[in-house]
Amino acid sequence: MLQQILDSVKIFQPEITLVIVLCAAILIDLIVKNKPQFIASIVMAGLFVAGYFVIQQSGVAVSIFSNMFVVDSFSVFFKVIILLTAIFVVMFSMQSKELNNGKRKLGEYYAFVISMTLGMLLMTGASNLLMMYLSIELTSLSSYILAGYKKETPDSSEASLKYIIYGAVSSGMLLYGISILYGLTGSLNIYDVNQVIQQGGVSLLALIAANLLMIVGFGFKISAVPFHFWTPDVYEGAPITITAFLSVASKAAGFALMIRYFFVGYYDPLASAINGYFTTIGGFDWHIIIAILSVATMTIGNFTAVWQNNLKRLLAYSSIAHAGYMMMGVVVLNNEGISAIMIYFATYLFMNLGAFYIVMLIADKIGSEDIDSYKGLGYKAPFMAVVFAIFLISLTGLPPTAGFIGKLYLFAALINSGWIWLAIVGVLNSVVSLYYYVRIFRNMFLRDIDIEHEPIKFSPSHFIVALLLVIPTLVLGLYFGPLVDFAQASVGILGIK
Amino acid sequence: MIPLNYYLALSAILFSIGVVGVLARRNAIIVFMSIELMLNSVNLTLVAFSAYLGNATGQMFVFFVLTVAAAEAAVGLAIIIALFRNKMTVNIDEINIMKW
Repeated sequence: MLQQILDSVKIFQPEITLVIVLCAAILIDLIVKNKPQFIASIVMAGLFVAGYFVIQQSGVAVSIFSNMFVVDSFSVFFKVIILLTAIFVVMFSMQSKELNNGKRKLGEYYAFVISMTLGMLLMTGASNLLMMYLSIELTSLSSYILAGYKKETPDSSEASLKYIIYGAVSSGMLLYGISILYGLTGSLNIYDVNQVIQQGGVSLLALIAANLLMIVGFGFKISAVPFHFWTPDVYEGAPITITAFLSVASKAAGFALMIRYFFVGYYDPLASAINGYFTTIGGFDWHIIIAILSVATMTIGNFTAVWQNNLKRLLAYSSIAHAGYMMMGVVVLNNEGISAIMIYFATYLFMNLGAFYIVMLIADKIGSEDIDSYKGLGYKAPFMAVVFAIFLISLTGLPPTAGFIGKLYLFAALINSGWIWLAIVGVLNSVVSLYYYVRIFRNMFLRDIDIEHEPIKFSPSHFIVALLLVIPTLVLGLYFGPLVDFAQASVGILGIK
Repeated sequence: MIPLNYYLALSAILFSIGVVGVLARRNAIIVFMSIELMLNSVNLTLVAFSAYLGNATGQMFVFFVLTVAAAEAAVGLAIIIALFRNKMTVNIDEINIMKW
């Protein structure tokens, strides 16, 4: 037992690093008062160290802490995505005027960013229903607080209250699903759950009921329709840095958790070996539910985004739509689909964080996130407007940007496994999304051309962060070989051939 | 001995009361109480299954759920206080700056 724990701790380095950084951030905040930039740099260093340990783990495939937690190439890929997002979010937070207004204490802010990152890393590897529940709660509780961090503004505290009510109800649903599943199988470990279901004798109806309840919990995390109602409000009210964090990292962790749960829990090794493709156990076709949710998520996300005037809200609906696209990759039930989701996440990271970054910069300068206040931006801040345009093109999924590659692999995976109608729905949705992205475009470059414009000034550090985001968005659109290879090498979920 | 079904039915009823409370009540604090009711009905299910299966895992899970519920209540009440300072109300219907 002791030996097993010691062996497990060796593989648990990234998470341990984050725990140390979390404690350090709180302690330093107590000792050195009002030095947010100092704490931010410590947190950033901690994230880089954790990233180093994560990369060291590539190729490992073990189950640690009595099968509570799994480290495999699948979780390593998602951990890289989450840590990269966290690093960018810390960078944004250091520059955000909304946060650094002199009055706010930011030590705790960075501590919560770290605890949220820790929760998300645990979500990617959780292989026990208890561990899944606890890691979701660790992520959620930190994000409730962060969403309400501008506590003197009514919209931020409103966002945070809405978030915690939706979050607590959906985690209650998830928990009820877990308790039914525990009653049916007598175990919390998803590998054991799988074994018990394979032996048969589990009531299909009860299994479906349990999983529908659990999908509520997962759907909340990835903001799938109809569990998305919190998303626009929280994204609008929360500080933009946190909105960016939630829209990328929290979704990535939710997807990793959901994919692991469904793929490991409902995998039929015998039938899969005979058929040569992933087969679900005992007639429980969970991917049909995901397919329906995916269509609803894309369509409602895109169509509601069309009449949004607040850019944060617009990007919130667009991120709902993107979750819908990624859910299509789960539906196809094969490695191609999973690797397509991974490629999509890698590209989505840069383009979505970039879009939120520009919105944050412009909001800091002109004090508005309204789409109408972007009129003539192309003449006031040409560089930032062009960069924003690139992110929007990428979010639409047009070549030669990274977003195109993400969509290409996703649709290819769908068509190769015969889900033609779903691919068509996805393409039609992309066309709809073009409309509202172009609206921003038009306001930036084609409105208020004639009047004199006061140029908006940015500091060099703003340009550096913008370039760090825009260069990958363009490069991954043209030179995507390494990313695709990395994603295809990372599809291995422990226990699935 | 009371059959398992009785416990399950009771916890399903409690869970439904909790869900209805969240949907129907307008006071944020009562909404939180309803959420606690949902979590506790889950605990009842877990304990009932645990006793029925003769397996301690379910009872161990209950401790974690209780702890998380306490943390959630602490964060939730703090958020309600922050909101009350801004708006002087805890009525859900009046918390409506952001819509659609």
